[in-house]
Amino acid sequence: MSAIKIKNLKKSYLDKRRIARSNGSQPINHVIDVLNDINLEFEDGEMVCILGPSGCGKSTLLRMIAGFEQATSGEVLINDAPIEGPRADNIFVFQHSGLLPWMTVWENVELGLRHLENLQKKDETIQEYISMVELTGFEHHYPHQLSGGMLRRAELARALAVNPETLIMDEPFSGLDFLTHMKIREEVVNMHEFMRKTTLVVTHDIDDALIMGDRVIVMSERPATIKLEKKLNFGRPRDLGQNPELKELRDEIFFMLGVSYAI
Amino acid sequence: MFRREITFPLITFLCILLIWELITRFSGWSSQVFPSPLAVLTSMQELISSGALLKHSVASLFRVSIGFFLAVILGIPIGIILGRIKVAKLLFNPLVQFLRPISPLAWIPLAMLWFGIGDLPAIFLIFLSSFFPMVVATSVAVESIKPTFFQVAANFNFNRYEIITKIVMPAITPEVITALRLTITIAWLVVVAAEMIAVQSGLGYMILDSRNALRMDYVMVGMIVIGIIGLLLDYIMRILGNIESTAWGRLSK
Repeated sequence: MSAIKIKNLKKSYLDKRRIARSNGSQPINHVIDVLNDINLEFEDGEMVCILGPSGCGKSTLLRMIAGFEQATSGEVLINDAPIEGPRADNIFVFQHSGLLPWMTVWENVELGLRHLENLQKKDETIQEYISMVELTGFEHHYPHQLSGGMLRRAELARALAVNPETLIMDEPFSGLDFLTHMKIREEVVNMHEFMRKTTLVVTHDIDDALIMGDRVIVMSERPATIKLEKKLNFGRPRDLGQNPELKELRDEIFFMLGVSYAI
Repeated sequence: MFRREITFPLITFLCILLIWELITRFSGWSSQVFPSPLAVLTSMQELISSGALLKHSVASLFRVSIGFFLAVILGIPIGIILGRIKVAKLLFNPLVQFLRPISPLAWIPLAMLWFGIGDLPAIFLIFLSSFFPMVVATSVAVESIKPTFFQVAANFNFNRYEIITKIVMPAITPEVITALRLTITIAWLVVVAAEMIAVQSGLGYMILDSRNALRMDYVMVGMIVIGIIGLLLDYIMRILGNIESTAWGRLSK
């Protein structure tokens, strides 16, 4: 159970390259504002998709929700308690594999369960999650022996095995071929339908966001503000081609991001 | 494929033997100055059957093992500390970088004065030759660990001990094994030099002693054995690098 509140969140950092260029004569602003006064609320169990131009601070926002980075001001609250650092009920799924390459799939999934004292229960849980992501038979393979799609599945199994409150995914489909992308996307949606964990997904793919999201957020260029926040009350399966409302929303978002869909 | 890996190096060595033989025959140097391959082989048999070769090899290997072992046992943890703790790096890295370029051979006078004659000064020199490369290689490896791995560790609530044993140590293993390979070669280079000064045994001593007796054939036997043992040491270190859980270091880069 996790409802997330983001209150007046600001993030800025010093860009040292800018200091170096300022010649002493004319001081330039070397403080880069990444996030500017972000206010958001996500309900428990929601799948939230975050869109925005590249470099706008989507990933920074996710990393702050995960507790990897500190806010300059404002705060992130999970169930009304401020996030003070990374924790095991708030799992981050990395853009490129976050699996530990010196551990097998089994050992990676075991990471979050390593304190379980009931060894039989532990082994059963590990096996259950590995089977769930269809990696049976690859338990004892190392990450470098797996394909891109299998790596994502293995990391998903590791994340879900801890039974986290929140799942934070940074571009989970980047670098996958089209079919694998579709397949993993379907699996993430099915898993979300099944487990109803609050899931935040950063993506650059508008279709992903519209197909997956219970809520879609569009961020502006840096310093990022929220340009659009919309709850999508559509059932599944969703088909962008068949649903005029979603189609219109897609055009709106394309326009918002400054590109046209039809060229 | 397997056959080619054996036959090709063999061809190289046979060619060298042939050139060597031709030089001894047609250069006009006496066999005292430039003994023929056959003469060296005969001398090698003499030294093997008298037990001298084994004795000297074992003496050298003993010193290398102790010195190298101490350097690794101390160098890796110190490298990890320098790589992980900013203050430690600020305090001790300049010292390491200052001592590192001083050739171990420059320590010979002091080593003899401090440790006298015998195994100790030689072991000390081998230790010095291996210790600094191990410290530097380890700390560089620690610093280049992907931040993602530490974030994963934080996400799964690793404690300090787990961060060292489950993240840092496995993450640096491929690079440390490469460093071991390079360092054992340095140690093996230094042992011969060290034995030319302070001891009465070892391959270095054998070479120096043979030179004094004007037995260039024995000198060459010594050199050949040093080369063969060097090859074997490198081979052993390479096997270490083939352990499956370190394969990611070779394949994912």
